[in-house]
Amino acid sequence: MHTFRIVLILALSLSAGPAFTALNIFTCTPEWGALSKELAGDKANVYIATNALQDPHHVEARPSLIARARSADLVVCTGAQLEIGWLPLVMTQAGNSKIQVGQPGYFEASRLVNMLEVPSSVDRSQGDVHPGGNPHIHLDPRNISKIASALAERMAQLDSADADGYRGRAQKFLERWQQAITRWEKEAAPVKGMKVVVYHKNMTYLDAWLGIREVGEIEPKPGLPPTTAHLSELLGRLEKEPAKAVVRAAYNEPRAVEWLSQQARIPAVMLPFTVGGTDKAKDLFGLFDDTIERLVAVAK
Amino acid sequence: MFKSQLIAAAVVLAFAHPARAQESELSKIREEIKQLKEGYEKRIQTLEQRLSEAEAKAGKAESAATNAEQNAARAESATAAAVSARNGENAFNPAVSLILQGTYARDSQDPNTYHITGFFPSGGDVGPPKRSFGLGETELNVTANIDPYFRGVAIASLAPEGGVNVEEAYFQTLALPKGFTLKGGRFFSGIGYQNEIHQHAWDFQDAPLPYKAFLGGQLKQDGVQLKWVAPTDLLVELGAELSSGDQFPGNDRNKNGVGGSALLAHVGGDIGDSYAWRSGVSYLTTSPNDRSYQDIDSLGGAVSNSFSGRARIWVADGILKWAPHGNSRQNNFKLQGEYFRFTQDGTLTYNDAAGSGRFGSVTGPLNATQTGWYGQGVWQFAPTWRIGYRYDRLNYGSLNNGIVTSGIGPGAADFPLLLSHSPTRNTVMLDWNPTEFSRLRLQLAQDKSRLGLTDNQVLLQYVYSLGAHGAHKF
Repeated sequence: MHTFRIVLILALSLSAGPAFTALNIFTCTPEWGALSKELAGDKANVYIATNALQDPHHVEARPSLIARARSADLVVCTGAQLEIGWLPLVMTQAGNSKIQVGQPGYFEASRLVNMLEVPSSVDRSQGDVHPGGNPHIHLDPRNISKIASALAERMAQLDSADADGYRGRAQKFLERWQQAITRWEKEAAPVKGMKVVVYHKNMTYLDAWLGIREVGEIEPKPGLPPTTAHLSELLGRLEKEPAKAVVRAAYNEPRAVEWLSQQARIPAVMLPFTVGGTDKAKDLFGLFDDTIERLVAVAK
Repeated sequence: MFKSQLIAAAVVLAFAHPARAQESELSKIREEIKQLKEGYEKRIQTLEQRLSEAEAKAGKAESAATNAEQNAARAESATAAAVSARNGENAFNPAVSLILQGTYARDSQDPNTYHITGFFPSGGDVGPPKRSFGLGETELNVTANIDPYFRGVAIASLAPEGGVNVEEAYFQTLALPKGFTLKGGRFFSGIGYQNEIHQHAWDFQDAPLPYKAFLGGQLKQDGVQLKWVAPTDLLVELGAELSSGDQFPGNDRNKNGVGGSALLAHVGGDIGDSYAWRSGVSYLTTSPNDRSYQDIDSLGGAVSNSFSGRARIWVADGILKWAPHGNSRQNNFKLQGEYFRFTQDGTLTYNDAAGSGRFGSVTGPLNATQTGWYGQGVWQFAPTWRIGYRYDRLNYGSLNNGIVTSGIGPGAADFPLLLSHSPTRNTVMLDWNPTEFSRLRLQLAQDKSRLGLTDNQVLLQYVYSLGAHGAHKF
């Protein structure tokens, strides 16, 4: 009992640390980290839990994530069960009431957009399906606009002293973003109707936006690693209905993509997928600049 | 405005005609302009009328469009509701998942006579799985937030021979300030590393030897746990547990107050993109009273021994995980090890009254300091394949049994389970995980838990998980 008391005293004295005025924002993936930085400017400490080379479906509740979630004022994640394998654990272990589901400190981006590929029935025999729909929503920049407005509003609510600052930054960002969308749509005109093979169903929103047609996936079912049987079947299909390219995200392993690219004699394209996926994808603008540049290069 | 502009335009047009026109021609032009003007006025009037008509129509169309939009929105929300069944009676159903497990085992020694020579029997279910086909524990897991302040977790295991064991059933706070979390009920103690992890998520089918010898396989606490996470970038987690101390190394002693307590401290973090680690120290103390076990004396008669006194365990644990750039999908490596130091101070009572009746009940002092450790590495060499090796060892250390050293009663041969022995075991495993919900494993072990006997074990195991996607501990 004596030692127990010492621990308590120690814990209470340590927890009375310095008060931070800036928002501590915990973001699950780099795209939400980049968006938070755009909206909060230097008013926040933004932590990004994963990097562009990590498969967002396979993340572990690492000790560092629990430590960062402990001091977070706001958690910004995708939702739609993308982070189901680790975020609930981080949230229950971090001892932070502000970021629990239903609190203003918990922000789910997927709530704000129209979800694609919402399954009418869910069964694991279909692979790693998400009941709420395809969670890779950030690759349609129009979704980013919707999320940006709501996220800025949330930040303004949490840090009311600088509410106008968040709104102002959001407005400026949205103006630049809208101009960029117009430019990207013009630049991406050649890829409209282009047929591609994707590694995983993680380009759905990008393809829906630009009018790219997916004719196959390297994965036999979502989340399952490629098999030789499936790849040769895919190759057979490509001979009848040729595609322009095989597309993968930076975090998808390249071997199966390269094999198919050689066999089907079509180029393999690596897309950054999120901020940090390539050198050029330094921020959200760079992410789409580079993505479109890489797609247009194979569309000709 | 529109009208006057048109007139102006007409006038300008008119004056643009050749300037050298004669007087008669001028009047003609004036006449023409007049006619033009009248004509335009008429046309403008009709245009204006058409415009206002069109505007009215457009208004109607607009309201129709809004209606359509509203309908679409309604339809959308209807599908959303249908998909998530948010409005049904079952809307608040907790997350339910079920674990199916089973084995096929081949052992060179009889699993029913399994014991760890040199160590007090820990009373847990620590033996190898039964020979031939055997069903493992079927685990039912139910979890949900109770309200904004609490979360509830219940995990029941259905034993293959029948009956239900409550593995864990606890509440956990969600809304305590300053990084505190309080847990209460029955829960796996936070000491060490592997103790908190459920058996189906272990990297080998069974627990390491120190867990089997010192914690009865896995320490469940009936009590409360307070945890605190420091507001630092490095994970610093401190915890304290108060429990009934019913389970080994304690026992149920029908006494008021706290039967056992534990303190834990863990730190953890990342090293670059590719490494994550956690390490810690834990301490457990409890005071068993008449904690008994059965043995056989040198004549083959039944003996009941019981220990009363103080039992303490120190655990040091460490885990290091590697995955290239943190992407564990293709390859990853996990290195894990724990060291245990177990001390007991008190008295041991030997009683052969029910057996040979040579000495009756004899009591003497007992002081023991015993240690154990294990180290294991698991390498995922392909997306669905992992291979692992584990070495575990227990050190007999010093066990001073006052009854034996006094030389007046039972001798060392009358305590066969406490004969000097330092067990070791080597285990290798290979498992195939087609998805994160299924696992098939081959495990081979050479187990020297029993004095002078080597048990060669071959084990095939399946683990399947159904239902809600559970999150796994680091």
